[in-house]
Amino acid sequence: MHDKVRSAARVAALAGVMALATAAQAQTPPAPHTHLARNLAATCANCHGTNGNARGDMKPLAGLPADKLVATMADYKAGNLPATIMHQIAKGYTDEQIKLIAGYFAAQQPRK
Amino acid sequence: MQKHSMISDPARRRLLGAGAALSGLALAGCATGPAAGPSIGRVVVVGGGFGGATAARYLRMWGGNVDVTLVERNTEFVSCPISNLVLGGHKQMADVTRGYNGLKAIGVKVVQGEVTAIDAAGRKVRLAGGGEIAYDRLIVSPGVDFMLDQVGGLQAALDSGRVTHSWKAGPQTVALRRQLEAMPDGGVFAMSIPRVPYRCPPGPYERACMVASYLKTAKPKSKVLVLDANPEIQSKKALFERAFQQHYAGIIEYRANAELKEVAGNVAKLEFEDVRADVLNVIPPQRAGDLARTAGLVNVNNRWAGVDWLTLESTAVKGVHVLGDTTFSAPAMPKSGHMANQHAKVAAAAIVQLLKGEAVNPTPVVMNTCYSFVTARDVVHVASVHQYDAKDKTFKTVPGSGGVSAAANQLEGRYALSWADNIWDDMLA
Repeated sequence: MHDKVRSAARVAALAGVMALATAAQAQTPPAPHTHLARNLAATCANCHGTNGNARGDMKPLAGLPADKLVATMADYKAGNLPATIMHQIAKGYTDEQIKLIAGYFAAQQPRK
Repeated sequence: MQKHSMISDPARRRLLGAGAALSGLALAGCATGPAAGPSIGRVVVVGGGFGGATAARYLRMWGGNVDVTLVERNTEFVSCPISNLVLGGHKQMADVTRGYNGLKAIGVKVVQGEVTAIDAAGRKVRLAGGGEIAYDRLIVSPGVDFMLDQVGGLQAALDSGRVTHSWKAGPQTVALRRQLEAMPDGGVFAMSIPRVPYRCPPGPYERACMVASYLKTAKPKSKVLVLDANPEIQSKKALFERAFQQHYAGIIEYRANAELKEVAGNVAKLEFEDVRADVLNVIPPQRAGDLARTAGLVNVNNRWAGVDWLTLESTAVKGVHVLGDTTFSAPAMPKSGHMANQHAKVAAAAIVQLLKGEAVNPTPVVMNTCYSFVTARDVVHVASVHQYDAKDKTFKTVPGSGGVSAAANQLEGRYALSWADNIWDDMLA
């Protein structure tokens, strides 16, 4: 069974580390959370399928080269691509977030 | 119910042990998952809708060896999104119904049943009929329930079957469709919309369009009367106004500030007039689901459940995470199936980290897309992206992002149906 006490101690220790990290934040931006790319990419899954494996008329993103997705999203943001909805959604994500998302989808296996 | 803080850790461990034994009995015979190695913890998910089913699936995908039990009272999932097309005769119930076998296949224990109480101190849920299931973390995703006492006579009218709400898809969808089929040509379909906030802001206006699309062909002398308690259309206003005018002139009549006070037979009583309808559909005022209330999770306006947006953990009861429509929404965050799915992923990611004693993602993002049919093929959307604001500890929409369709169009009609297929897969596979 999961050891609640040890777990609580680890959380407390982590909280201490996080407080130190916050103090140091003024100098260097914090490293992204381990699962940030995965979590961000999951916000796309409602339309583009789990891990980018889309069905129907939605564009599959699994296995798409990262630079291609980054460029496409930049074009959507800039209004350089015809769009129904993606020009509005692209503007909600920072360029850094889009890079992380693109990297995650590039590493996914397209469903056959 | 005992409060969590009153129980010491050793006492809680003893209770957990007892709960685990009970759950072993309750779940004997259920399929076990394919995972190997020791479990990192037990998560019970109550409610198999857009929030709960997504959470169960992503906990298994992201958690490795997380023991996940989903408790849902229905045998199948019936989607509210797309169900207005059933009312319009453009889709069948089978098109909006999916099973839970996909979740079972990835190792989620699916228990058909109803949770009647949460013992947050003992970390276990009680089932109707007496069983108990122990958890390390609990997810509650009960959707909305109705404030029927706010409209005189509504409870009796719904009980009699004369009036429908059809705001939870399933038998109520079928009942309203049958009433529409039985309505004479020249009849009046009246629907009442409650004050915001309610589940699915554009849903009522889509429903008006879908019912009108059916009547326009099948019973062209009929009327659709929209009685809105709000001062104006609450979502995609200009697009719906255009649709009412372009496709349903002479059929749809929209009335703002028309709050329903009482239902008597087939008469809807407003403040200053009585409206007689052949078919009366009342979308009741809404609040957090019943389970959230009985479990003490409702702590905002006596109506909704407050959550920590980094984890979706209740601000009222530790160890309990709340998803979807039942939460007190962040600013400009709609109560939608799409948003509940997004809540679920933030919660699933956070719960896996918490079970492992690791830090949760401090910068979550959620987004919403809602497609509404204005004809059988033409669709309009609204979209928004919400980034977590660490200073105010809530999600905020990104300035300049999001928006609505330029005009209703058939391309988005295809996207809307693909959206449904993809989100149903994303929650149920």
